[in-house]
Amino acid sequence: MLNIKNNFPIFKKHQDLVYLDSASSSLKPQSVINAINEYNSSYSVNVHRGLYPLAEKASLEYEETRDVVAKFINAPSKDEIIFTRNATESLNLLGYTLEKELNSQSEIVITIAEHHANFVTWQQVAKKTRATFSLIDIDENTDLDIYRNGKVDLSMYVSSNTKIVALHYISNVLGRVQPLNEIIRSIRAINPHVYIIVDAAQASPHHVIDVRELDCDFLVFSSHKMCGPTGVGVLWGKKALLEKLPPFLFGGDMIDEVFTDHSTFAKAPGKFEAGTPDISGVIGLKAAIQFLTNVGLEKIQEHEMRLAQLTIEKMKQAFGESIHIIGQNSKFDRIGVVSFTFEGIHPHDVAGMLGEEHICIRAGHHCAMPLHTRLGINASNRASFYLYNNEEDVEKLIEGLRKVKKIL
Amino acid sequence: MSSIYQEIILDHYHSPHNFGELDSADLNAEVSNSSCGDKIYMQAKVKNDRIIVIKFKGVGCAISLASASLLTDFVKGKTIKELKKINTSTILDLLGIELSPNRLKCALLPLEGLNKLLS
Repeated sequence: MLNIKNNFPIFKKHQDLVYLDSASSSLKPQSVINAINEYNSSYSVNVHRGLYPLAEKASLEYEETRDVVAKFINAPSKDEIIFTRNATESLNLLGYTLEKELNSQSEIVITIAEHHANFVTWQQVAKKTRATFSLIDIDENTDLDIYRNGKVDLSMYVSSNTKIVALHYISNVLGRVQPLNEIIRSIRAINPHVYIIVDAAQASPHHVIDVRELDCDFLVFSSHKMCGPTGVGVLWGKKALLEKLPPFLFGGDMIDEVFTDHSTFAKAPGKFEAGTPDISGVIGLKAAIQFLTNVGLEKIQEHEMRLAQLTIEKMKQAFGESIHIIGQNSKFDRIGVVSFTFEGIHPHDVAGMLGEEHICIRAGHHCAMPLHTRLGINASNRASFYLYNNEEDVEKLIEGLRKVKKIL
Repeated sequence: MSSIYQEIILDHYHSPHNFGELDSADLNAEVSNSSCGDKIYMQAKVKNDRIIVIKFKGVGCAISLASASLLTDFVKGKTIKELKKINTSTILDLLGIELSPNRLKCALLPLEGLNKLLS
């Protein structure tokens, strides 16, 4: 078992905190806080502009993060890493810049289990461009409906008209690692010209990502779910595609030359990073990736999976049929996400009452309303584990749930 | 902050007053909170400008159901003019608890129902 609570100062301030909402946002380790503070107190100047040593230091630290992120996802080049505000903005950047590739003959394919960031974005792009918007369904085990004769086969959903397939790597509700290698291979076999976009917001904190092995075209994630600060997201894209896409926002830093009647634009990544970025946030993300890499992502995922499994076992022991765990029969690896409903008790009351005991879990549709509707429920509860959680947290959660059951 | 799951809330949640449907009603309204799927359906009979019977039905959390139960008790016998004065603080007084902005939405759903009923 990992024992690294000491690295997270929040547990010193709130000694009885049982934080089980990391799928929403993770806590921050001291090294990340130090990196942000170091920038703000020692070299808080702009990047890419100044010719004095402090500016060079800021630019160096900022650009080093690009290297660290590229290595983290095995990207061929640091120039393929674009910093945005969050995964949502990365997806919107793609939505806006890919628009001109679409028309009423095009098809956009996503799944019913997408987070709203990867759902609403494409739904709205489809409306605007009059492209067809189609959804890959789930089966009775909540696995994606992409298996034919025991093999991954997307020919039901992908055709020669498909232009974009946008998929989650790991669902924020189901916590399942999708077999993306096979899925992407199947898409490429049907239509090699599809833009394949991966929402890795729930993958980057827990699961090793290799964009070369995946062979996707774009991949996005957020810093704040992986021990990094809020305000920073990543968009990775294949270099040739990034060069092809038009700029997203206009302004400083994204230009090559500006004349009174026209402008030329910088190459990627600069082309997509208009204005002063969240410098301290990006530098904080570097510290977060170093922290996660030092612990080891495989170890983190194994640790969480063990806690999630323990939670499911204990929930069944304690509450039997009156607790329903969403998607527990899936055959795929999971991360530490356990979504559930308690018979007859509203998810808000479950989370509200646990909150009074300093046990933090989520209630609602977790930004995945279409998935909840598909599952026939309005809302659910979600306990999500990360590297700082331990068996004691599981015990406290079960104890808390017993109290909820007793009182309500 | 003390628990919001006080005895009064739990009592009204476990056995809500005025829960059910009317065969015939002068006023009907349905309101919902899309973020959590809560839904409340209200019906009332009015005589001499006063609500004489009121019933509600629906799904919701303990706070919204207790609030509906307490509010429907409170409105009986009051004139429409008096009912239009009911606001957030009336609801909080009835519930007798402090609520965070998130849970306030739950508590105010029945009031939204009443306002729709009167509109």
